[in-house]
Amino acid sequence: MTGGTVSLATVALAPGFADPVFDAQRAFRSVMAAMARPGRIEPLASELAPPAPMTPALAALALTLADQDTPLWLDAALMASPEVAEFLRFHAGAPIIADPAAAAFALVSDPRAMPLLDAFAQGSDAYPDRSATLLVQVERFSGASLMLAGPGIAGTATFAASPLPDDFVERLKANRAAFPRGVDLVLCTANEIAALPRSVRLVEAA
Amino acid sequence: MSEAIATERTAYNFAYLDEQTKRAIRRAILKAIAIPGYQVPFASREMPMPRGWGTGGVQVTAAIIGPDDVLKVIDQGADDTTNAVAIRGFFTRVANVATTTRTVEATIIQTRHRVPETPLNADQILVYQVPIPEPLRFLEPRETETRKLHALADYGTMHVKLYEDIAHFGEIATTYAYPVTVDGRYVMDPSPIPKFDNPKLDDCPALQLFGAGREKRIYAVPPHTRVVSLDFEDHPFAPQRFTEPCALCGATGVFLDEVILDDRGGRMFVCSDTDFCNGRQAAGHRGRLAGNPIESGEGADV
Repeated sequence: MTGGTVSLATVALAPGFADPVFDAQRAFRSVMAAMARPGRIEPLASELAPPAPMTPALAALALTLADQDTPLWLDAALMASPEVAEFLRFHAGAPIIADPAAAAFALVSDPRAMPLLDAFAQGSDAYPDRSATLLVQVERFSGASLMLAGPGIAGTATFAASPLPDDFVERLKANRAAFPRGVDLVLCTANEIAALPRSVRLVEAA
Repeated sequence: MSEAIATERTAYNFAYLDEQTKRAIRRAILKAIAIPGYQVPFASREMPMPRGWGTGGVQVTAAIIGPDDVLKVIDQGADDTTNAVAIRGFFTRVANVATTTRTVEATIIQTRHRVPETPLNADQILVYQVPIPEPLRFLEPRETETRKLHALADYGTMHVKLYEDIAHFGEIATTYAYPVTVDGRYVMDPSPIPKFDNPKLDDCPALQLFGAGREKRIYAVPPHTRVVSLDFEDHPFAPQRFTEPCALCGATGVFLDEVILDDRGGRMFVCSDTDFCNGRQAAGHRGRLAGNPIESGEGADV
């Protein structure tokens, strides 16, 4: 402070939740509802204006679920923007790591380029909960539709999102085959989310 | 000084828990939903009530509840017993949420040892208080071993236990905390609900969350999940049946509590679900003893 000028960051940090308690509670109820009913689209309105390419819904998920106990892995598209890492470090306090297998949450903004699901922590047979949750940003919930069944679904449900990797169905099937090990996915657009937990089964359309 | 302390004491975070604890519990809840019936360890906190009084359910409720929720708390089906009143009062105080005794009005129902008689809907969440989450605990006391048994889906000992019941008593004598298989994989303790309630867990439209505070476990049954009570082909699962209707509202096909009326063998059976019973009485249904048997001095000659 004596003499000289204090250099401040020139890029303003985007603000976090306006009301951390209630914004996080609302976002959590959306993601819990989504996880409890795989494939069903839940609204997740957020006033966050995170740095691109992160959408408000992805930012809300990250600030709701991540903290100093949960290492985050970011895909190349998110890592390309230093503001994204800064936003997450500042508001969530979460470490950002390079090893996908050690991350509690993986944030993906370019799903076509995402690693295989078994690149992330799968948990063990004794502790399948020690596994990653993938937060995947998509453009829209439409496109080639999947037929889902399993816990949380009365009968069957259809689900579509794009873009996704071409072999997404095979990846999901392999994830289910490893049950109870595996990863859980939460997909989001700008203001909607849907989940594909590892319990979901893909059925062939009749 | 004392004023400062008083201010501090009332300055709880919404729903008592700090945000980091809520996040940890929320993460455990999501994994519990994704792996139905599997017990997720969590860092259970000290709560301002003793362990064993529903601190697991309270922590789950505190992590999910919001200002728009309407909370109902029941203890053995009743809204007016100590545990239920205390927990309802706790959330009124620390979260300032609306509470109700009516099942249909509630968005979150925290329960000890019962599932409401009124069918639940998709917008409701049922939170169970669980004393001992491990269904294999009385067969295998070591956590390291029960964890291995769950990992291998080796539930032979549980079937042996049920078989021994049949060998000794001619039937499966387990009447509460009756083990279930969730989605064909994990054997789960449905908490000490009467086995009468077990069928209600199957294909339930509501999300069911289970919190064990002392044992530090959270588990879940998502909506519309297959929940099957363990049994044998020649000894199929059978819930309790009651030979008489509720003495107050005349309901049949519900779970009844026995109430002793005197020291000469006088007794009556009444709905354990007080909201259900009150609702039926308000709708004009009358049981055998519906006039107040204590005030009128009757009931002794039942």
